[in-house]
Amino acid sequence: MGKAKAFLVSALTLLLARHRRPSLPPGERERIVVPEPPKGYDAELLSIWIFLASAACAVAFVVVYVLDRLPAHTQLLGLALGLSFAFFAAGLVVIAKRLIATEELEDDYPEQEHPAEQERIVQVVEESGLTRRRLLLLALGAAGGSLGVALLAPAASLGPVVHLARFYLTPWRRGTRLVDEHGRPLRADEIEEKTFYTAFAEGADKEQLPSSLVVVRLRRDQLDLPSENAGFDADGIVAFSKICTHAGCAIALYRAPQFEPTDPKPALVCPCHYSTFDPATGGTVTYGPAGRKLPMLPLEVDPKGHLRARGNFDGPVGPSWWGVRLKEPTT
Amino acid sequence: MRRLVLVVLLVLAAAPAARAGDVTRGEHLYGRYCLSCHGANGAGTNHGDRQGPPLRGVGALAPDFYLRTGYMPLQHPGDQPRRSRVLFSEQEIEALVAYVASLGKGPGVPQPHPERGSLSDGQRLFTDHCAGCHQVVAEGGYLTGGVAPPLEEATATQVAEAIRIGPYVMPRFSPRQLSPHDVDSIVRYVQWAKHPDDRGGWAIGHLGPVPEGLITWFLAAATLVAVCIVLGKRLRSG
Repeated sequence: MGKAKAFLVSALTLLLARHRRPSLPPGERERIVVPEPPKGYDAELLSIWIFLASAACAVAFVVVYVLDRLPAHTQLLGLALGLSFAFFAAGLVVIAKRLIATEELEDDYPEQEHPAEQERIVQVVEESGLTRRRLLLLALGAAGGSLGVALLAPAASLGPVVHLARFYLTPWRRGTRLVDEHGRPLRADEIEEKTFYTAFAEGADKEQLPSSLVVVRLRRDQLDLPSENAGFDADGIVAFSKICTHAGCAIALYRAPQFEPTDPKPALVCPCHYSTFDPATGGTVTYGPAGRKLPMLPLEVDPKGHLRARGNFDGPVGPSWWGVRLKEPTT
Repeated sequence: MRRLVLVVLLVLAAAPAARAGDVTRGEHLYGRYCLSCHGANGAGTNHGDRQGPPLRGVGALAPDFYLRTGYMPLQHPGDQPRRSRVLFSEQEIEALVAYVASLGKGPGVPQPHPERGSLSDGQRLFTDHCAGCHQVVAEGGYLTGGVAPPLEEATATQVAEAIRIGPYVMPRFSPRQLSPHDVDSIVRYVQWAKHPDDRGGWAIGHLGPVPEGLITWFLAAATLVAVCIVLGKRLRSG
């Protein structure tokens, strides 16, 4: 108790007794670091006050944390902790700038200790023909070359150059049923016009890129499928990979005109960069950065009225980092 | 809102004689403001610069939506209808709705009950079906060839109507895709999204963690550079 009191009194004295003269340095020995002319204790006092403010803010954080349900609770917490850190940093800045001595000391080089050996080494270096300049150039070259290799290395991730077949591996086979997100098989007669459906391959992992489809119904007279996609629709129902061929986002937008003569045509739109695909012409790109058409899946209706695939997609599914090679002119 | 539903209920429940009067007045108004595009008796027109979809069989649902949002009348056919000043009085709207509904059998004005819906279901359904265009907190967005409006001013009934109509290039969702209960949940979510719980204080357009992170980095980077400059400066006195 007595000790704590003494500590408190001395702390207050140190803080409040501003104009006390500095005491003499202890001992009479010669100083190594010649102190600057004493400026008083302003800087020390300032940093002490700042640290106390930091401590107060930290305590305030704890208090606010305990007093749950304050208005703007989160903001107060952030303010208290932020100010505490800011004060702490400011205190350190004051110490670094005002209290740490910054004098430079000059010292003579020591005497050479082994002159004979040093001369030998100098001779060896000279005879080897390697100059410091040459070594510097070599090191520079090594660093530059390795950096170049490091920068080019990710190009290997642009995709396999030889084994492209695995991009065509999908869960879709002839006869695979289309199911909704709950695994219920989709019926052809429940697919309506002017709206869109998400479907998956029955039994496949829904997280797999080629598994998901976007399904829409168009009128027969709206369809204008190119010859290679002829017959891919099932009575006007068309299915495409839901994965945009540009960056691999999910095609989540369907532009369904309310009144066809005046409104924009039906289109599948990717929300990431607005790549726009025309479902009536087999998923060709009509706008945006996508470099190739949306892969289309041939459909058929089985005797029970369920939608089934009639084969695999007509193109590789997924984003186009490797589409550089597959890029087709879009019409 | 409640009053609106009540009015609609009253209109629906009113005596046939009163409705007949409404229909006559509605037909009069229709001839004046709607006929040039939508054609006589709501048959629709599709020639020249006057084009409009037929209104037979749209029921009371569509005219109620288009007139109360100010989507109609449209200045130029083919424009995207946008929320604007409602040009008709309450009685005129009721008369027009009654007339268009009398043109053919069609759906009535839906009566959503957001209080019966589930907020979390609503968020999931909204994310799946609506957020692609309207953004996840219903702030609106863009798609090629159209604008998805923000839903701040949309009433519960209007949200329920738009889901069934699919105005302009919006897809429409049948009761098989979104049941009336699903619609209740979505309406409840949309109403919540008008005043979301902004824990961070500064919403930054509710565009998600990316803009928030960007802004934080810009502010933090500026602060860090400033601190570095202060620290790196030599004291003038020193």
